[in-house]
Amino acid sequence: MKFLLNKREEEFDKEILSVNEMLVLKKFSFRMRIIKINGVLVPKERYNSTMIHEGDDVSMIYLMSGG
Amino acid sequence: MRFSEINAHLFLFRVGIAGAGGLGSNCAVALARCGVGTLVISDFDVVEPANLNRQYYFINQVGILKSFALKENIAKINPDITVIAHPVKLNKLNIPEIYSGCDVIVEAFDSDDMKEMLIETVLTGMPEIPVIIGSGVAGWGNNEAIRYRKIDETLYVCGDETTEATDELPPLAPRVAIVANMQANTVIEILMNKNKPKNTYEIPIK
Repeated sequence: MKFLLNKREEEFDKEILSVNEMLVLKKFSFRMRIIKINGVLVPKERYNSTMIHEGDDVSMIYLMSGG
Repeated sequence: MRFSEINAHLFLFRVGIAGAGGLGSNCAVALARCGVGTLVISDFDVVEPANLNRQYYFINQVGILKSFALKENIAKINPDITVIAHPVKLNKLNIPEIYSGCDVIVEAFDSDDMKEMLIETVLTGMPEIPVIIGSGVAGWGNNEAIRYRKIDETLYVCGDETTEATDELPPLAPRVAIVANMQANTVIEILMNKNKPKNTYEIPIK
Protein backbone atom coordinates (compact mmCIF):
# COMPACT_ATOMS: atom_id res chain seq x y z
CA MET A 1 0.00 0.00 0.00
CA LYS A 2 1.01 3.59 -0.60
CA PHE A 3 0.02 6.72 1.28
CA LEU A 4 1.33 10.21 1.89
CA LEU A 5 3.14 10.95 5.15
CA ASN A 6 3.83 14.67 5.51
CA LYS A 7 3.42 15.01 1.75
CA ARG A 8 5.98 12.28 0.98
CA GLU A 9 4.97 8.95 -0.47
CA GLU A 10 5.44 5.93 1.80
CA GLU A 11 5.17 2.34 0.66
CA PHE A 12 4.54 -0.66 2.92
CA ASP A 13 4.21 -4.34 2.17
CA LYS A 14 0.74 -4.51 3.73
CA GLU A 15 -2.85 -3.98 2.65
CA ILE A 16 -3.84 -1.91 5.64
CA LEU A 17 -1.95 -0.46 8.60
CA SER A 18 -2.97 0.89 12.00
CA VAL A 19 -1.48 4.21 13.09
CA ASN A 20 0.45 2.39 15.82
CA GLU A 21 1.89 -0.15 13.35
CA MET A 22 3.01 2.68 11.10
CA LEU A 23 4.77 4.41 14.04
CA VAL A 24 6.58 1.17 14.92
CA LEU A 25 7.57 0.38 11.33
CA LYS A 26 8.86 3.92 10.83
CA LYS A 27 10.68 3.74 14.21
CA PHE A 28 9.17 7.05 15.33
CA SER A 29 10.13 7.38 18.95
CA PHE A 30 9.03 10.85 20.02
CA ARG A 31 6.65 10.79 22.94
CA MET A 32 4.20 13.45 21.81
CA ARG A 33 2.76 14.01 18.41
CA ILE A 34 -0.34 15.15 16.58
CA ILE A 35 -1.59 12.99 13.73
CA LYS A 36 -4.24 13.86 11.18
CA ILE A 37 -5.53 11.52 8.50
CA ASN A 38 -7.19 13.28 5.56
CA GLY A 39 -7.50 16.38 7.72
CA VAL A 40 -9.13 14.64 10.69
CA LEU A 41 -7.38 14.44 14.05
CA VAL A 42 -6.60 10.96 15.35
CA PRO A 43 -6.66 11.10 19.17
CA LYS A 44 -3.81 9.23 20.88
CA GLU A 45 -6.14 6.64 22.40
CA ARG A 46 -7.25 5.63 18.89
CA TYR A 47 -3.79 4.93 17.40
CA ASN A 48 -4.47 1.19 17.66
CA SER A 49 -7.95 1.20 16.20
CA THR A 50 -7.47 3.78 13.45
CA MET A 51 -6.40 2.37 10.10
CA ILE A 52 -4.41 4.01 7.35
CA HIS A 53 -5.68 3.11 3.89
CA GLU A 54 -4.23 3.22 0.42
CA GLY A 55 -4.01 6.81 -0.78
CA ASP A 56 -4.55 8.44 2.63
CA ASP A 57 -2.99 11.79 3.38
CA VAL A 58 -1.33 11.50 6.81
CA SER A 59 0.13 14.52 8.59
CA MET A 60 2.28 14.23 11.68
CA ILE A 61 3.65 16.97 13.91
CA TYR A 62 6.21 16.31 16.64
CA LEU A 63 5.55 18.15 19.87
CA MET A 64 8.80 19.04 21.62
CA SER A 65 8.95 20.55 25.10
CA GLY A 66 10.40 24.02 25.42
CA GLY A 67 8.95 27.46 25.14
CA MET B 1 -0.35 48.84 2.18
CA ARG B 2 0.59 51.47 4.75
CA PHE B 3 1.18 50.60 8.38
CA SER B 4 -1.85 52.66 9.44
CA GLU B 5 -4.07 50.51 7.19
CA ILE B 6 -2.54 47.26 8.43
CA ASN B 7 -2.95 48.45 11.99
CA ALA B 8 -6.61 49.41 11.44
CA HIS B 9 -7.36 45.99 9.92
CA LEU B 10 -5.60 44.00 12.64
CA PHE B 11 -7.34 46.04 15.32
CA LEU B 12 -10.61 44.25 14.53
CA PHE B 13 -9.34 40.82 15.51
CA ARG B 14 -8.96 38.77 18.66
CA VAL B 15 -6.06 36.35 19.13
CA GLY B 16 -5.75 33.76 21.89
CA ILE B 17 -2.37 32.96 23.39
CA ALA B 18 -2.12 29.79 25.48
CA GLY B 19 0.87 30.15 27.79
CA ALA B 20 2.87 33.30 28.55
CA GLY B 21 6.40 31.96 28.78
CA GLY B 22 9.13 32.38 26.18
CA LEU B 23 6.88 31.74 23.19
CA GLY B 24 3.71 33.42 24.47
CA SER B 25 5.22 36.59 25.91
CA ASN B 26 7.36 37.34 22.84
CA CYS B 27 4.55 36.45 20.42
CA ALA B 28 2.02 38.63 22.30
CA VAL B 29 4.37 41.63 22.24
CA ALA B 30 4.93 41.26 18.48
CA LEU B 31 1.16 41.08 17.87
CA ALA B 32 0.56 44.11 20.11
CA ARG B 33 3.17 46.13 18.21
CA CYS B 34 1.35 45.30 14.94
CA GLY B 35 -1.95 46.41 16.45
CA VAL B 36 -3.96 43.20 16.90
CA GLY B 37 -6.90 44.64 18.86
CA THR B 38 -7.59 42.01 21.50
CA LEU B 39 -5.25 39.45 23.03
CA VAL B 40 -6.57 36.70 25.31
CA ILE B 41 -3.62 35.49 27.37
CA SER B 42 -3.66 32.59 29.85
CA ASP B 43 -0.92 31.48 32.21
CA PHE B 44 -1.05 30.39 35.86
CA ASP B 45 2.65 30.92 36.65
CA VAL B 46 4.40 33.85 38.26
CA VAL B 47 7.52 35.49 36.80
CA GLU B 48 10.69 33.90 38.16
CA PRO B 49 14.29 35.12 37.88
CA ALA B 50 15.14 32.13 35.64
CA ASN B 51 12.50 33.30 33.10
CA LEU B 52 14.31 36.55 32.35
CA ASN B 53 16.81 34.81 30.04
CA ARG B 54 14.15 34.60 27.31
CA GLN B 55 10.72 35.84 28.41
CA TYR B 56 9.35 39.36 27.97
CA TYR B 57 9.41 40.38 31.63
CA PHE B 58 11.50 42.62 33.86
CA ILE B 59 13.33 42.07 37.08
CA ASN B 60 10.86 44.19 39.07
CA GLN B 61 8.06 41.83 37.92
CA VAL B 62 9.47 38.75 39.66
CA GLY B 63 6.69 37.19 41.74
CA ILE B 64 3.84 38.71 39.69
CA LEU B 65 1.44 36.49 37.71
CA LYS B 66 2.73 36.32 34.12
CA SER B 67 -0.65 37.07 32.53
CA PHE B 68 -0.90 40.30 34.55
CA ALA B 69 2.77 41.22 34.04
CA LEU B 70 2.39 40.78 30.28
CA LYS B 71 -0.77 42.89 30.23
CA GLU B 72 1.21 45.61 32.02
CA ASN B 73 4.10 45.39 29.52
CA ILE B 74 1.78 45.48 26.50
CA ALA B 75 0.03 48.56 27.93
CA LYS B 76 3.41 50.31 27.97
CA ILE B 77 4.02 49.43 24.32
CA ASN B 78 0.56 49.93 22.83
CA PRO B 79 -2.14 51.12 25.24
CA ASP B 80 -4.86 50.73 22.57
CA ILE B 81 -4.66 46.95 22.78
CA THR B 82 -7.17 45.15 25.00
CA VAL B 83 -5.50 42.33 26.94
CA ILE B 84 -7.81 39.83 28.61
CA ALA B 85 -5.62 38.06 31.17
CA HIS B 86 -6.59 34.68 32.63
CA PRO B 87 -4.30 33.57 35.47
CA VAL B 88 -5.55 29.98 35.27
CA LYS B 89 -4.24 26.58 34.30
CA LEU B 90 -5.85 25.63 31.00
CA ASN B 91 -7.71 22.35 30.65
CA LYS B 92 -10.20 20.68 28.32
CA LEU B 93 -13.12 22.40 30.02
CA ASN B 94 -11.94 26.00 30.27
CA ILE B 95 -10.21 26.23 26.87
CA PRO B 96 -13.52 26.52 24.94
CA GLU B 97 -14.83 29.08 27.46
CA ILE B 98 -11.71 31.23 27.31
CA TYR B 99 -10.84 31.00 23.62
CA SER B 100 -14.18 30.75 21.78
CA GLY B 101 -14.54 33.92 19.74
CA CYS B 102 -10.82 34.09 18.95
CA ASP B 103 -9.85 34.33 15.30
CA VAL B 104 -6.58 32.42 15.82
CA ILE B 105 -5.03 30.56 18.78
CA VAL B 106 -1.28 30.48 19.44
CA GLU B 107 -0.07 27.36 21.26
CA ALA B 108 2.73 28.67 23.46
CA PHE B 109 3.19 26.08 26.20
CA ASP B 110 6.43 24.75 27.56
CA SER B 111 5.51 21.12 28.18
CA ASP B 112 4.67 18.68 25.40
CA ASP B 113 1.66 17.17 27.18
CA MET B 114 0.04 20.60 27.60
CA LYS B 115 0.71 21.28 23.91
CA GLU B 116 -1.03 18.02 22.99
CA MET B 117 -3.99 18.70 25.30
CA LEU B 118 -4.57 22.19 23.87
CA ILE B 119 -4.25 21.12 20.23
CA GLU B 120 -6.56 18.11 20.65
CA THR B 121 -9.11 20.24 22.51
CA VAL B 122 -9.18 22.96 19.86
CA LEU B 123 -9.13 20.58 16.88
CA THR B 124 -12.02 18.55 18.25
CA GLY B 125 -14.12 21.21 20.02
CA MET B 126 -13.39 24.40 18.05
CA PRO B 127 -12.24 23.05 14.67
CA GLU B 128 -12.89 26.31 12.80
CA ILE B 129 -10.19 28.25 14.72
CA PRO B 130 -6.64 28.00 13.31
CA VAL B 131 -3.95 26.90 15.79
CA ILE B 132 -0.30 27.89 15.46
CA ILE B 133 1.95 25.40 17.26
CA GLY B 134 5.46 26.13 18.52
CA SER B 135 7.58 22.97 18.61
CA GLY B 136 11.36 22.66 18.90
CA VAL B 137 13.08 25.77 20.23
CA ALA B 138 15.82 24.53 22.58
CA GLY B 139 19.53 25.27 22.27
CA TRP B 140 21.36 27.67 20.00
CA GLY B 141 22.52 27.97 16.39
CA ASN B 142 21.05 25.67 13.74
CA ASN B 143 19.13 28.48 12.09
CA GLU B 144 18.54 26.35 9.01
CA ALA B 145 16.62 23.75 11.06
CA ILE B 146 13.93 26.20 12.17
CA ARG B 147 10.99 25.91 9.83
CA TYR B 148 7.33 26.62 9.25
CA ARG B 149 4.81 24.08 8.01
CA LYS B 150 1.21 24.63 7.07
CA ILE B 151 -0.59 21.33 7.62
CA ASP B 152 -3.95 22.67 6.46
CA GLU B 153 -6.13 25.77 6.84
CA THR B 154 -6.40 25.34 10.62
CA LEU B 155 -3.05 23.87 11.67
CA TYR B 156 0.41 25.39 11.41
CA VAL B 157 3.69 24.54 13.13
CA CYS B 158 6.78 26.69 13.73
CA GLY B 159 10.08 25.39 15.13
CA ASP B 160 12.61 22.68 14.37
CA GLU B 161 10.28 19.85 15.56
CA THR B 162 13.41 18.07 16.81
CA THR B 163 15.05 19.62 19.86
CA GLU B 164 13.58 18.84 23.26
CA ALA B 165 14.35 21.30 26.05
CA THR B 166 16.31 19.69 28.92
CA ASP B 167 18.62 20.91 31.70
CA GLU B 168 21.53 20.27 29.32
CA LEU B 169 19.83 21.86 26.33
CA PRO B 170 17.81 24.77 27.69
CA PRO B 171 15.74 27.15 25.62
CA LEU B 172 17.67 30.39 24.99
CA ALA B 173 16.36 33.81 24.03
CA PRO B 174 17.31 33.87 20.32
CA ARG B 175 15.74 30.60 19.15
CA VAL B 176 12.68 31.01 21.39
CA ALA B 177 12.09 34.54 20.11
CA ILE B 178 12.63 33.43 16.49
CA VAL B 179 9.92 30.78 16.81
CA ALA B 180 7.61 33.11 18.81
CA ASN B 181 7.93 35.70 16.05
CA MET B 182 7.35 33.07 13.35
CA GLN B 183 4.12 32.22 15.16
CA ALA B 184 3.20 35.93 15.29
CA ASN B 185 4.08 36.28 11.60
CA THR B 186 1.76 33.37 10.79
CA VAL B 187 -1.05 34.99 12.81
CA ILE B 188 -0.61 38.25 10.89
CA GLU B 189 -0.66 36.40 7.57
CA ILE B 190 -3.91 34.64 8.47
CA LEU B 191 -5.55 37.86 9.72
CA MET B 192 -4.43 39.94 6.75
CA ASN B 193 -6.15 37.39 4.50
CA LYS B 194 -9.41 37.61 6.46
CA ASN B 195 -11.95 40.18 5.36
CA LYS B 196 -13.48 40.90 8.70
CA PRO B 197 -13.75 39.23 12.08
CA LYS B 198 -16.51 36.72 12.48
CA ASN B 199 -17.62 38.52 15.63
CA THR B 200 -17.63 42.24 16.22
CA TYR B 201 -16.25 43.54 19.44
CA GLU B 202 -16.62 46.92 21.03
CA ILE B 203 -13.80 49.09 19.84
CA PRO B 204 -12.48 51.41 22.55
CA ILE B 205 -12.91 55.07 21.73
CA LYS B 206 -9.57 56.86 21.57
